[in-house]
Amino acid sequence: MKKLSRNQTFLLITVPVLALFFCFNTLPLIKGLIYSFTNFKGFGSYDWVGIRNYADLFTDARVGKSYLFTFKFALVATILTNVVALLLALGLNGKIRAKSALRGVYFVPRILGGLVVGYIFGYIFTYILPAVTGGSSMLSNTNTAWLAIVIVAAWQSIAQTTLIYISGLQTVPEDVYEAGAIDGATGWKSFKELTFPLIIPFFSINMVLSMKDFLMVFDQIMALTKGGPAQSTESISYLIYNNGMGGGQFGFQSANAVIFFIVIVAISVFQLNFTGKKEEQL
Amino acid sequence: MKQKNKVAATTNWPLTILLIAGCLTVIFPLYMAIVIAFKKPTEMTNDIAGALSLPKSWSLENFAEAMRVTDFWHSLGYSVMITVVTVVLAILLHSLAGYAIGRSMAKNKFYKFSYLYIVSGMFVPFAILMMPLVKQTAQMGVDNWFGVILCYLVFYMPMNVMLYTGYLKNIPIALEEAAFVDGATTWQTYWKVIFPIMGPMHATVAVLTALGTWNDVMTPLVIMSGTGANTLPLAQLTFQTQFGTNYNLAFASYLLALLPILIFYLVCQKQIINGVVNGAVK
Repeated sequence: MKKLSRNQTFLLITVPVLALFFCFNTLPLIKGLIYSFTNFKGFGSYDWVGIRNYADLFTDARVGKSYLFTFKFALVATILTNVVALLLALGLNGKIRAKSALRGVYFVPRILGGLVVGYIFGYIFTYILPAVTGGSSMLSNTNTAWLAIVIVAAWQSIAQTTLIYISGLQTVPEDVYEAGAIDGATGWKSFKELTFPLIIPFFSINMVLSMKDFLMVFDQIMALTKGGPAQSTESISYLIYNNGMGGGQFGFQSANAVIFFIVIVAISVFQLNFTGKKEEQL
Repeated sequence: MKQKNKVAATTNWPLTILLIAGCLTVIFPLYMAIVIAFKKPTEMTNDIAGALSLPKSWSLENFAEAMRVTDFWHSLGYSVMITVVTVVLAILLHSLAGYAIGRSMAKNKFYKFSYLYIVSGMFVPFAILMMPLVKQTAQMGVDNWFGVILCYLVFYMPMNVMLYTGYLKNIPIALEEAAFVDGATTWQTYWKVIFPIMGPMHATVAVLTALGTWNDVMTPLVIMSGTGANTLPLAQLTFQTQFGTNYNLAFASYLLALLPILIFYLVCQKQIINGVVNGAVK
C-alpha cells in the first residue's frame, strides 16, 4: 500500500470530523431555522406560516417575560458572582494559613451538578430559611423567587470565577505592590490603580464566561421552581424546553430559539469587542 | 528556623479566620444533606433542630432504599459509561482534529475555514439544537446513550479543538521532522511524538469534558427519556415525584448522586482545579 502524504492524512482526519460536526451542530441548526417558519406542534403534519412566529414572538407576553427574567437574572448573577469571587480571590491570595486547603473547599461547588444542588437549596429555601426568619419561603413569592435562583447559581459559579481571579492575581509581581507602597498606594487605592488594571484580562474572561452560562440557565430552574410562581422565573431555555417539547409549540419555540441564538452571538461579539478595546488601552 | 518565624509573624490571622468561617457557605448545604440522609422520617420534627441535628443512629437504610427506588447501579453505569467513552473519544478525536487543523491552518484556507467553522459552534446554545436533535436522533435510531455521546463529542469539539490547536503552537515542528527523517508517516509521528507531548492538554480536556458530561441534565433528558435508561442526575429528576415528602430518602439519593464526583475530586483535586483554570484562561 502506498504511504499517505501528510496532506492526505490531514484531509482523512478533518473531513470525517467536519461531517460529524455538521451532522450534530449545523444540520439541527438549519432544521431549527426551517421549523421556525412552520406551525409544527412536534407531531403530525404542519404548514408554512412565513414569519408569523417571529411576529408573534414580539407580542407574546410570556416570551417577553422570560427574556426580562433571563436578563435580569444573568446581569445580577454576573455582578454578584464577580464581586464576591474577586473579594474571595484577594483573600485567598493573601498572607493566610491553610491556603491550598481553603482553595480546595471553596472550589467544591464547581464540581457538583446543578440539578442536585438545586434540590438541596430548595429544601433550605423552603424549610430552613423560613424557620430562621419567620417569613414564608422565598420560592413561593414572585418578587423573591428569582433571587433564590441567583443565589444558587452564584454559589456554584463563584467557585470557578474565584480560581480564575486567583490565577490572575498570581501574575501580578510582588514588586508592583512594593513600588506602589512607596508611592503611597495601599489598600483600596492599590487595588484600584495597581491590581485591577493588571488583572483586566481575567476580569474579561470571567465576565464573558459567567454571563454566557447564566443566560442559558436551566438546571437550577428545573430543580427549584419549574418556572414558577406565576411564570416569574421562566428562563428562555426553560421556556423553549417546556413549551417546545411538551407544549405543542415546536415551531413557535424554534423561532424563539433562533432569536435567542442571535442574542447570544450579539452579546458575545459585543463583550469580546468591548473587553478587547479596554485591554488595548492599557 | 528564622524563615519560619518570619512567615508566622506575617500571617494575617483575622483574614484566615474569616475565610475559614466563609467555608460554612460551602459546607452547610452538604452537612445538611448528610444529616438528613441518615435520619428516619420520624426524627424530622417541624423545627430546624429536626433537620439539622445529628441523627440518633447512623443507619444506611435510606441509602439502600434510594438505590432501589432510583435504580442506582444502572444509572451509575450509564453515567460512567457515557462520561468515560465521551472523554476517551474526545481526547482521541479532538486532539487529532486539533493537530490536522492546527498544523495546516496557517497556509491552507480550507483548514483555516474548518477551524473558524468548528470554533464558532461555541456560540450555538443548546436550546436551538435541542428540538431538532430529538427528531434527528430518533430518525437515526440513536435516541439513546450512544446518541448522547455523539452529541457531546460535537458540543465539546469547539472548545477542545481550540485548546489543542493553541497548545500545538508551542510544540516545535522540528520534533516531527526528526521522525520523518526516520521514515515514519504523519500518522505514526502523531501517535509516537505529538500525542504524548500534548499530555497536559489531554488532562485539561479530560477534566472539562468529564465535569460537563457527568453533571449534564439537559442532553440526556431530551434524548434518552423514554428509553427507561437514566444517568445519575436524570434519575434524580425522574424519581423526584416518587420521593414525595420523604426528604430523608430524597437526600440519600442526592448524596449518592454527588458521591462519585466528590470522591474523584478528593483523589485528583489538583488536576481538576488546574484543568478548569487552564481551560478558561487559555
